[in-house]
Amino acid sequence: MSDTALHHPNPTGFAHQFEELGQQREAGRLGMWIFLATEILFFGGMFTSYTIYRALHLQAFETGSRLLGVQFGATNTAVLICSSLTMALAIRAAQTGKSKSTIVCYLVLTMILGAAFIGVKLWFEWRHDYIEGLVPGIHWTYNGPYPAGVQMFMCFYFFMTGLHALHMVVGIGVLLVLTSMAARGRFTPQYYVPLEISGLYWHFVDIVWIFLFPLLYLIGGRYSMGGH
Amino acid sequence: MSDSEQHDQQTEHTDHVVPVKTYIGVFLALMIGTMLTTAVAFVDLGRWNTVVALAIAVTKMLFVILFFMHVKYNPGLTRIVIVGAFFWLGIMICFSMADELTRSWEYNPLPWNPSVIVPYLSSLLQ
Repeated sequence: MSDTALHHPNPTGFAHQFEELGQQREAGRLGMWIFLATEILFFGGMFTSYTIYRALHLQAFETGSRLLGVQFGATNTAVLICSSLTMALAIRAAQTGKSKSTIVCYLVLTMILGAAFIGVKLWFEWRHDYIEGLVPGIHWTYNGPYPAGVQMFMCFYFFMTGLHALHMVVGIGVLLVLTSMAARGRFTPQYYVPLEISGLYWHFVDIVWIFLFPLLYLIGGRYSMGGH
Repeated sequence: MSDSEQHDQQTEHTDHVVPVKTYIGVFLALMIGTMLTTAVAFVDLGRWNTVVALAIAVTKMLFVILFFMHVKYNPGLTRIVIVGAFFWLGIMICFSMADELTRSWEYNPLPWNPSVIVPYLSSLLQ
């Protein structure tokens, strides 16, 4: 009996209720997509209320949007796209039977990029907003035009980016588990479903940001800011 | 019988492996999209700014879903779930907006401040 077989009596992770591995993989993917459908509607609720309040307070939302640092939003978008690439490459490494250190390397890179995203958010954006007095209910000293509507915009900003960041934290937790599994050589070209469905989650969180970035940072009439 | 066996074996052994070139191409497309959408935000296109920003976001999303999330290579059942999810999202947004935009009401938001909200809520209860 080989060493691997001793540690993992079922190295392909094949569960008895399935007819064959392909069917098992498809069931895993489908289940994950159904979960992601609920996530689309979960974030969709926020996007819907954002749309309604934006329609009601267009000028205030545009003014609020110009208070955000577009350079940080753009940097974080790029960071997340990089992390999606490393995640996709981690899955590919497992599919093509690369060494476990290759898979671990890609997963660690993904985690570092995810942590960098949260770091930029916390340090350059939220901390800065707090110092500037732009956090409704906690530290609010804004005295420009449309005070109530801008406060509404900042509430949307913090709840939407906060929920997104919470999903990133959960994603990094999932990646930690995957890294430990990969380091123990659990993933093979026959068995990589955990990697693949976690990848679906990670890419989904990326997609949410792809929409948050223009909605919060960009469509606020930045062209009218002159020298900024 | 032999047909279905053959099919089973195919689904078991030929899970599509996306070439690295494709991943890099998608990555570059997403990066260019990000730069483009940021640059366009600084050009005055009137209400088209929003349209262009959302069009670029949807394009980027399609790249991520089709290639990074392998939906291009997945069976139809997965696609039905995805289309269904976005259809429900569309219902939520369109019906809510149809309601909101056809009302002529004056709306005054309350400040996010306990000293205003607490009296307001207690006035509602009386």
